[in-house]
Amino acid sequence: MKLESKIPDGPLAEKWERHKFNIKLVNPANKRKYDVIVVGTGLAGASAAASLAELGYNVKSFCFQDSPRRAHSIAAQGGINAAKNYQNDGDSVFRLFYDTVKGGDYRSREANVHRLAQVSVNIIDQCVAQGVPFAREYGGLLDNRSFGGAQVSRTFYARGQTGQQLLLGAYSALSRQVANGKVKLYPRTEMLDLVTIDGKARGIITRNLVTGQIESHSAHAVLLCTGGYGNVFFLSTNAMGSNVTAAWRAHKKGAHFANPCYVQIHPTCIPVSGDYQSKLTLMSESLRNDGRVWVPKKIEDAEKIRKGEMKPESIKEEDRDYYLERKYPSFGNLVPRDVASRNAKYVCDEGRGVAPTGLAVFLDFRDAIKRDGEDLIRAKYGNLFQMYEKITDDNPYETPMKIYPAIHYTMGGLWVDYNLMTSVPGLYALGEANFSDHGANRLGASALMQGLADGYFVVPYTIGDYIATLPTDKVPTDHPAFKEAEANVKANIDKLLSINGDKTVDDFHKELGKIMWDYCGMSRNAEGLKIAKEKVQKLRKEFWSNVKVLGGSEELNITLEKACRVSDFIELGELMIDDALMREESCGGHFREEYQTDEGEAKRDDDNFSFVAAWKYVGEEAQEELIKEDLIFENVKLTQRSYK
Amino acid sequence: MKLTLKVWRQSKPDKVENGKLISGGGKMETYQVSDVSKDMSFLEMLDVLNEDLLRSGKEPIVFDHDCREGICGMCSMYINGQPHGPQQGTTTCQLHMRSFKDGDTIYIEPWRAKAFPVIKDLMVDRSAFDRIMQAGGYVSVNTGVTVDANEIPIAKSTADKAFDAATCIGCGACVAACKNASAMLFVSAKVSQLSMLPQGKTERKTRVENMVAQMDAEGFGACTNTGACSAECPKGISMEYIARMNREYYGAKLTSNNV
Repeated sequence: MKLESKIPDGPLAEKWERHKFNIKLVNPANKRKYDVIVVGTGLAGASAAASLAELGYNVKSFCFQDSPRRAHSIAAQGGINAAKNYQNDGDSVFRLFYDTVKGGDYRSREANVHRLAQVSVNIIDQCVAQGVPFAREYGGLLDNRSFGGAQVSRTFYARGQTGQQLLLGAYSALSRQVANGKVKLYPRTEMLDLVTIDGKARGIITRNLVTGQIESHSAHAVLLCTGGYGNVFFLSTNAMGSNVTAAWRAHKKGAHFANPCYVQIHPTCIPVSGDYQSKLTLMSESLRNDGRVWVPKKIEDAEKIRKGEMKPESIKEEDRDYYLERKYPSFGNLVPRDVASRNAKYVCDEGRGVAPTGLAVFLDFRDAIKRDGEDLIRAKYGNLFQMYEKITDDNPYETPMKIYPAIHYTMGGLWVDYNLMTSVPGLYALGEANFSDHGANRLGASALMQGLADGYFVVPYTIGDYIATLPTDKVPTDHPAFKEAEANVKANIDKLLSINGDKTVDDFHKELGKIMWDYCGMSRNAEGLKIAKEKVQKLRKEFWSNVKVLGGSEELNITLEKACRVSDFIELGELMIDDALMREESCGGHFREEYQTDEGEAKRDDDNFSFVAAWKYVGEEAQEELIKEDLIFENVKLTQRSYK
Repeated sequence: MKLTLKVWRQSKPDKVENGKLISGGGKMETYQVSDVSKDMSFLEMLDVLNEDLLRSGKEPIVFDHDCREGICGMCSMYINGQPHGPQQGTTTCQLHMRSFKDGDTIYIEPWRAKAFPVIKDLMVDRSAFDRIMQAGGYVSVNTGVTVDANEIPIAKSTADKAFDAATCIGCGACVAACKNASAMLFVSAKVSQLSMLPQGKTERKTRVENMVAQMDAEGFGACTNTGACSAECPKGISMEYIARMNREYYGAKLTSNNV
């Protein structure tokens, strides 16, 4: 089977314009005859739902939270990239495109990334028009800063709360369409299956999380904007409820899952403090603009710090190893996330880590405060410093922060073509839920950009091309396909409730997380991955025979909700391991120890692995089938990424 | 640390009939927790308790939570009578156990307000906030405007003030803190943000009228300027926005067509 990426012909810079002209349009009067389901209300989901409703489609919008405003996009801190070149520092659409392809270690599609860079400028205009309060200069114009891995200042930001402000903008547009009667909201509702009829996506099965009722919803197209799957690791910077269930169940109904092993580990998170830890907190990477990363040169000093016998401030300048500045003089502390994370691991592996667990490095603002004054640092990062102090009880104005890498973002996701359609006709995936734009590593401030690009400026055009081919007839929800899917969902729930074993859902989730982190985390090797596969398979069997889920199905049941999600994470975990094992090269966030340069950097194998790995589900417990989509680079020369 | 927890347990939801809240009925249950580390967050302490309850075949305590970074606004509970607990400027999820002492007894209850009916245990229905936003908490602009972002310069001082209002996370602590269960701080934050910015000026009159009307229709109480809302707001949103909203409201009413 071959995957059709549907990348338009023509020169890179003209592809999107040409495509927009060539795709079919739906008559404005006909749009109101079509229904679209949007699952998820983060940046991608809220922006898509609002924009589609503005065009005239009838939209049903689903989220598992109590309000669309709480989707996890809200927690993004740092910023959003756009090729505005407001700073006159040489930025351009092509440079943003180039940086993103390079940052993704040449494992993304050129055409998609170029389109992303093109529409980035429209996003900023849109958000400002909505009243999003971006940071401004005294002259009243928008301020920018440079952000991890970029040598131009193209990041727009709203203090350390950029995700919140952008999401509230999209949520306001969504609320306006609810008021207009074009969007119907379904909060506290979780998608548990995709319904396909004649191979096309025609609806979803949901569970009302308050009453437990299983419901069917029919539509002409379904958009999954359900975020990433970082919680497969149990500990991540994702929200507690973030899950892969919608995407995974769509995968089992025919949507291929692409590059599942590409996971981003964010270098600046607050280290783990104990077994009770429920999640990890990210400290925006904007901190690396002014903070300097270091560990003691001597293992003895690190040991003393770990035991609390020595304070970091008392370590002399010559005894500090600013290892990023030393190894990467031109990018210094601003190297991309994968590079910064791996290097933190190396120095900790050497025994120079600084927290009691030995798994932390310093991020020090001493010199920035000396240079710019405490007030300026407070204005830039005040809320982040405050958050850090609340969690750790340390004051970063006086003592360096301690940070360590944590799972943050997943570049892999449902395979989509240029129109953002998955391998199931009528099923789209947007934002973090798809795989398309970040290759093997995402650059800072690009996730918000992609979510909003997909929702505001891509799918509203591309969906027409599909919808225009459909009759307006609606499928009734008593159609046998809906009834069958409902029955399967109910059977799955009943099975979970009937096991009544000894171990809690969290026990399983933590075990899965540990396997994934140990063998399929920051660095991987074939031997470890094979062990991990066996362990996950065993865990899956144990889960289905020994999990303890109390209560009933037709009621609010938080344990049941978690059990459904964890059962899907376990299956996904195995696919991630397969993918990591198959990819015999290192690229971006996927670091195979067997494939590294003499200097310990990721070593790609472009001859053999310059492809997207799309996995096709073939049946319960069967090895999934690999389908390759070759990546063709016509505008960018593939090089060894160097940040020295 | 060893702690005694008194937690509100309620299995049947509250109902609202003819503008009156009918309680689903519930009671305080007592739980002992031990081995509590000072570095745990408050919700992690509840996680540990819930795991223990599950293991002994009892139903876990239901509470809303999601990001655990103090930004999604989902977590919502009174801790010893205070919304989000004793630490100022902090959501429940960001509260750590170092704020408590060994041997403490902690009382944990859901938000209590007519417009926030209890769903189960500590979980309440805050959809009234969404409906207020739908009544006007937006700038009416469709996707695809072509004005360049920098064609709307905004003085930094104005932008910063609007920003302070925009930091509201919609958690409802203001309502929970208010003896009248008023939502004035929440509504005024959005009204102020949009009325201060040039983008929001066109609709400023209808916006404030409609949002206030919806707020009243939802059954929130009146404001008597006690300032409890602002004192308990995890984002420290100032009461001056309430004053600003009142000015906006009176200004709008003077020339209103909705008489």
